[in-house]
Amino acid sequence: MNDIVVEARGVVKNFGALNVLKGIDLTIARGDVTCIIGPSGSGKSTFLRCINQLETLDGGYILVEGEPIGVKVKNGRVHLQSNAEVARSRANIGMVFQSFNLFPHMTVLENICEAPLRVKKESRSIVKNRALKLLDRVGLSSKAGSYPASLSGGQQQRVAIARALAMEPRLMLFDEPTSALDPELVGEVLDVMRGLAEGGMTMIVVTHEMGFAREVGDHLIFMDDGYVVEHGNPRTVLESPQHHRTQQFLAKVL
Amino acid sequence: MSSINTPTDELTQDDAVDRSLLLERPRQLHIARWITAGIVLFLVFVVAHSLITNPRFEWDVVFGWFASERLFTGLLRTLQLTIISMVVGIVIGVALALARLSKNIVVAAVASFFIWLFRGVPVFVQLLFWGFIAAIYPRIIIGVPFGPEFFSVDANTLITPFLAAILGLGLNEGAYMSEIVRAGLISVHRGQTEAANALGMRNLTVLRRIVLPQAMKIIIPPTGNQTISMLKTTSLVSVLAFPELLYSAQLVYSANFKTIPLLIAASLWYLLMTSILSIGQYFIERHYNRGSGRPVPKWDRERVINAFRIRNRTQETSK
Repeated sequence: MNDIVVEARGVVKNFGALNVLKGIDLTIARGDVTCIIGPSGSGKSTFLRCINQLETLDGGYILVEGEPIGVKVKNGRVHLQSNAEVARSRANIGMVFQSFNLFPHMTVLENICEAPLRVKKESRSIVKNRALKLLDRVGLSSKAGSYPASLSGGQQQRVAIARALAMEPRLMLFDEPTSALDPELVGEVLDVMRGLAEGGMTMIVVTHEMGFAREVGDHLIFMDDGYVVEHGNPRTVLESPQHHRTQQFLAKVL
Repeated sequence: MSSINTPTDELTQDDAVDRSLLLERPRQLHIARWITAGIVLFLVFVVAHSLITNPRFEWDVVFGWFASERLFTGLLRTLQLTIISMVVGIVIGVALALARLSKNIVVAAVASFFIWLFRGVPVFVQLLFWGFIAAIYPRIIIGVPFGPEFFSVDANTLITPFLAAILGLGLNEGAYMSEIVRAGLISVHRGQTEAANALGMRNLTVLRRIVLPQAMKIIIPPTGNQTISMLKTTSLVSVLAFPELLYSAQLVYSANFKTIPLLIAASLWYLLMTSILSIGQYFIERHYNRGSGRPVPKWDRERVINAFRIRNRTQETSK
């Protein structure tokens, strides 16, 4: 049981009359890198956002580290989590966004230190030390005092990864981390993610980078129209897809 | 390919343009700029001449009263009113802005009604209402509505002219500030809140650490304007017989009939104070612009010289 980081059963999400997720079942083991591919509008980003409650579920449930997301069970009844409880469970899940979302009024170092200082209330010297190590790990030691606006897209995304790692998460979610980048900057971000995967981080990556999925991914999930259509070893799925919708999608993107 | 850029011996040019002349830069004289500046300076001279030579300005009286203790005391009261009303206005403005953005539609609707009311009635009229509050509520009672009273006071004792002024100016300002604050809050991209939430930050922390500092860039410039405007609007309080700067001047000239010199002396104080506020605003804007790479424009010597310097065209276009 301890080896399961994420367990999703029958996850349903509607935006008004639009059914975005129509019952997602998924189990993710510790240390695994799971890549989710699929056409736009297939619900893959929405599913990712459900895991750290940026979206609320309309059906089904998700457990992270054995703890239900968004709800708690007390005296045999289900209750909504308080805002504090939601925030606490999010603190253990790192998220990287397509549009980086760095805080523009803070330097790179301040961006990384903010959450450990404010949320975990750790001491300034410990946090700063860890932040500098993380910056070194993503190859941006020289940019600690820079503001995000002066960095390239690839550098900003590497800072965003360092910012998420500063909270020492047990799970990292990547929502199309390279989709907003110029082609020549994609590699530097994927390199950082590859290093993270080799270090044993549990990762869920919504991506269009089939090469990354093939080389780094342990599992590949193809989503379409709110369903998980195909799930398996990345090489197997990419080279001999079973379902005709997977075949159609891969024929277009490969 | 080289024939396009430089004429070569093989290809002859059949136009009559002398290429060597094109390498020179023609001079730009700014003739229209100099003539306009001359006309404007002449008009300034005419006005200045009349200001100095017209004896009815009585400049000696103006400066005598400008430095007087009575006007200075009035000025201090004006500054006091400005600061307190702005603080009240900003606090109410932030609260109303958050209320208007609330998911609770009752809260949002009441906030909208408040803003509609206090923006729609002239502030002068509002000040009169607060001044005459005792005619509506002769006694002000603290207690449980329809229940026991804990505390009761005569409205004329509680609502002094000063408090009436603060209420009138502050509530009116709150209605305007709420729109400024709201514009600032919604200018911050939603991704900022999501990123902060994803890091485990609570809503109040997100507001205080992430959203408000970014909204400040939008909020500060109009708030500076509001403060400058408030400094001048406090003169309306003279109608409540509260001796701020204007009413202090009025008290003097009603006794000595030096109406114009005293109004000028008061105006000079207003001008001096608004100038100081403008300088303060420049530095606050610069602080909240950090990280945006967009400097606040400067009025320096270089800009003045550049506007009139005779120079060649390459420099002009490269600027």
